[in-house]
Amino acid sequence: MSAARQGFDSFEKNNRKQLPFYIGLLAFGILGPLLFPNYTLQIAILWIMVLFAQTWDTLGGQMGYNSLGNIFFFGAGMYISAIVQVGTVYDVGLYTSASGAGKASFTPDQYYTGISLGILAAGVGSALLAPILGFIMFGLRAAYFAIGTLGVALAAGEIIGAWQWVGGGSGIAMPVYPGSADGRSEFFYWISFAAAVATFLVLRWLYTTRFGLAINAIRDDEDKAEATGIPTLRHKIVAWSVAAFFLGISGAIFGNMTGFIEPLEVAFPTVTFGIFMVAMPLLGGKGTLWGPVLGAIVFHVVKEVTWTYLLGWQWVALGLIIIITVVFFQQGIMGWMKEKWPEKFGVVIDPVTAAESREEATR
Amino acid sequence: MNNAMGGAIIEVSNVTKTYGGVVANKEISLTVPEGTITGLIGPNGSGKTTLFNSIVGYHPIDAGSIKLRGREISKLRVQQIARLGLIRTFQQTRIFSKMNCVDNMLISIPHRRASWKDMFSYYSSDITEKAEALLEFVGLYRKRYLTAGDLSFGQQRLLEFAMALMNEPDVLLLDEPTAGINPTLINGLIDRLKRANTDFGITLFVIEHNMRVIMNLADNIYCLAHGELLAHGVPEQIQKDQRVIDAYLGAH
Amino acid sequence: MFGNIQLLIAAPALNVQLLLDGILIGAIFALAAYGLALVWGVMNVKNLAQGDYVILGGYIAWWGQKTFGIHPIVMLPIACVLLFIMGWLLYLLIIRWVINRDMFTSLLATFGIAFMLAQLLNVAFGPEIQTAQSGMTTRTLFATVSVAEIKVVSFVLCCVLAALIVAFMKKSRMGQAIRATAQDARAARIMGIDTERVYAFTYALNAAICAAAGVLISMIWVIQPFYGITHAIRSFVIVTAAGLGNLPGVIVAAFGLGVAEQYGGFVLGAELQQVSVVGLLLIVLIWRQIKLARLRQVVQ
Repeated sequence: MSAARQGFDSFEKNNRKQLPFYIGLLAFGILGPLLFPNYTLQIAILWIMVLFAQTWDTLGGQMGYNSLGNIFFFGAGMYISAIVQVGTVYDVGLYTSASGAGKASFTPDQYYTGISLGILAAGVGSALLAPILGFIMFGLRAAYFAIGTLGVALAAGEIIGAWQWVGGGSGIAMPVYPGSADGRSEFFYWISFAAAVATFLVLRWLYTTRFGLAINAIRDDEDKAEATGIPTLRHKIVAWSVAAFFLGISGAIFGNMTGFIEPLEVAFPTVTFGIFMVAMPLLGGKGTLWGPVLGAIVFHVVKEVTWTYLLGWQWVALGLIIIITVVFFQQGIMGWMKEKWPEKFGVVIDPVTAAESREEATR
Repeated sequence: MNNAMGGAIIEVSNVTKTYGGVVANKEISLTVPEGTITGLIGPNGSGKTTLFNSIVGYHPIDAGSIKLRGREISKLRVQQIARLGLIRTFQQTRIFSKMNCVDNMLISIPHRRASWKDMFSYYSSDITEKAEALLEFVGLYRKRYLTAGDLSFGQQRLLEFAMALMNEPDVLLLDEPTAGINPTLINGLIDRLKRANTDFGITLFVIEHNMRVIMNLADNIYCLAHGELLAHGVPEQIQKDQRVIDAYLGAH
Repeated sequence: MFGNIQLLIAAPALNVQLLLDGILIGAIFALAAYGLALVWGVMNVKNLAQGDYVILGGYIAWWGQKTFGIHPIVMLPIACVLLFIMGWLLYLLIIRWVINRDMFTSLLATFGIAFMLAQLLNVAFGPEIQTAQSGMTTRTLFATVSVAEIKVVSFVLCCVLAALIVAFMKKSRMGQAIRATAQDARAARIMGIDTERVYAFTYALNAAICAAAGVLISMIWVIQPFYGITHAIRSFVIVTAAGLGNLPGVIVAAFGLGVAEQYGGFVLGAELQQVSVVGLLLIVLIWRQIKLARLRQVVQ
């Protein structure tokens, strides 16, 4: 472990200080469905949101590449999983063209095998799509990268919608869970929770390695990073692949959880989920480990609680929140806390140097 | 000034570069002997930084050749050239502003082999020790945990220099290293530059405006004016060269 | 799809039709793209809300017709004025704070505006596709090519509006102030130009231009609350291909885009419309990237 990154007592780097949060989240994660059984699926979606926020932040907050189209991997994973799940038992083309004419059945064995393979394939498949997209997109800087990725996500929905083999605009009916409704909720809850936790653990490890420092360098000054000899393209593609892997898995889970997938509303909801992915880490504090998690929780809870009261206006309120966060609160919750209590986060402020810098700036 | 003149580590032959309609470099030829300190001077706008940018691969050249230890590098990209051991510092100091100084140093280790295995490993303690030693060398040890963006301009310059040393370059291109540094600290910097050359064996190629500094520092000096090579020689020769004096006086 | 390509080869008149339609609608795209380039050049704000301003303009015209029976073309100046005011307000409330911030902030802020507008329109008018009635007919030329009168009228209006805008930018004091600010904001301030007013005016003017484009779109084509982002991408494609400050380039690129989309829509089918636009976006971006890579200029 790099000594410098452990050299001082800080919140982000010191696991002991974070322990109450780990325990708190773990407790919530485990007890949640027990205490609020009617909201099990809602909390499952919360964990999906946490995963969304974390994976966006890897590229956006840690590496400085703000993607507006990460939802692409979500949808890709969803469809890859569906194809694998259906394809292991039936002919995909026939299955999708018969949709609505009667649900085909899957035995429990087939279901569990299918969904396991499906989720795995979704992760791996998305991770393999990332380099392809990356080669095209990573030459673009800042604004063009954002718009380009947005476009790709929008177009993907249409392309899948026109592809009859996967059901086109009519979508695919996912295999039905072989069990009770409660059992189903619990099942999806636990795999969502597991996915979010796995994402967190992997990313947390990743950020402590040389890779983590390298992507921060790319964010701070990409030209300087190149001038130092860092193979930047390689790092960018790996970062996106890691994010894509988990996004693909989340898509597979969500698709099965919803029971019916369809390109524009479910798989590639670019303007809803796709934008949540950006808003949540911003709200919580981008570029930090806990920021995205925090942002996702606050965002999702506030959204769910206020949704019903706002009737048709919830989306408008959402847009307002995005604008206010982006414009006035861009450092997010973690950023704001870091500014108020820098020492607690390992940011060392030396009053003499700070005074010198201030004096220089006014000269 | 007592360094043995080795073979040329950088060979620039007839390099021409046009930039936005202006011929910034016109058929420039020079060599940087290995193990020495070579200076590059000239009035503002004479094309010094453009030449540097050409050498490090920031932009392609229109004509000519640039060789590093006999190997043609004019078609290579910045990262590749950096991995071959040619490092530069920037005129407007560039460091990674959101990290602390130690992290800035860690990220600057040489990426010679750029291996996949190393990508996910940690930084060993001897790397950290080296980073801290180099920070001590430039006098930033006590400030090593400060965020680099919070340092004063002069301190950021020193950090950039330390980062360049961390990169274990064979040859280091420095773009106006003393610009903006408090005059009382310049002697210390000259001393460190010399030590980088003698103790670490790094060849230096330095753009400088401060005549006192460059005459003190360099083993030999090239002077550019209006994009062309004007004069070349040891400091004593350059100081007396009428063409150089005219170029500078004429530029005012 | 291949059947469609064969049709193109077999019937030259079809090509003329697509070309004509492409150019006629391309003129409207040019208008919106010019507005985007204006805001981009003056304030360095990449306005992702562009397309939603267009759609909003379209809805104003449609609503005016539906509620009061006013012809959309009469609604055009009204829509322009309304959106001008709205643009000024949005500048004061939001855009003003993101001007000197990083790229991402201004992009997301304008995206937030786009999102909000789209949702507001959805709440107000519902998600159905609408068209405004122009009351004009379609004529047939040479018995093979059909030309909708409204498309020609729209083209003429675009030319008139473009001429007005160009004249305004050249002759009026505000126009000159805008151009000065675009070149060097600090110098403009030193010269006594109130750059804050210039920025507000520019953003408002852009909104008004979008309104005009939207009114025309509502008659020639369709409007729907969520079609905005596609129009924004169109404007981006055009501006990226043409480069800032290159008005003739914008016009040519816009015509090119219009025609390319017509062909794309014909060959690939209407459901893949966004794919055509995004495909063009990617082509333009990658082509630009290759061009820059070959030059490898230092971008400081």
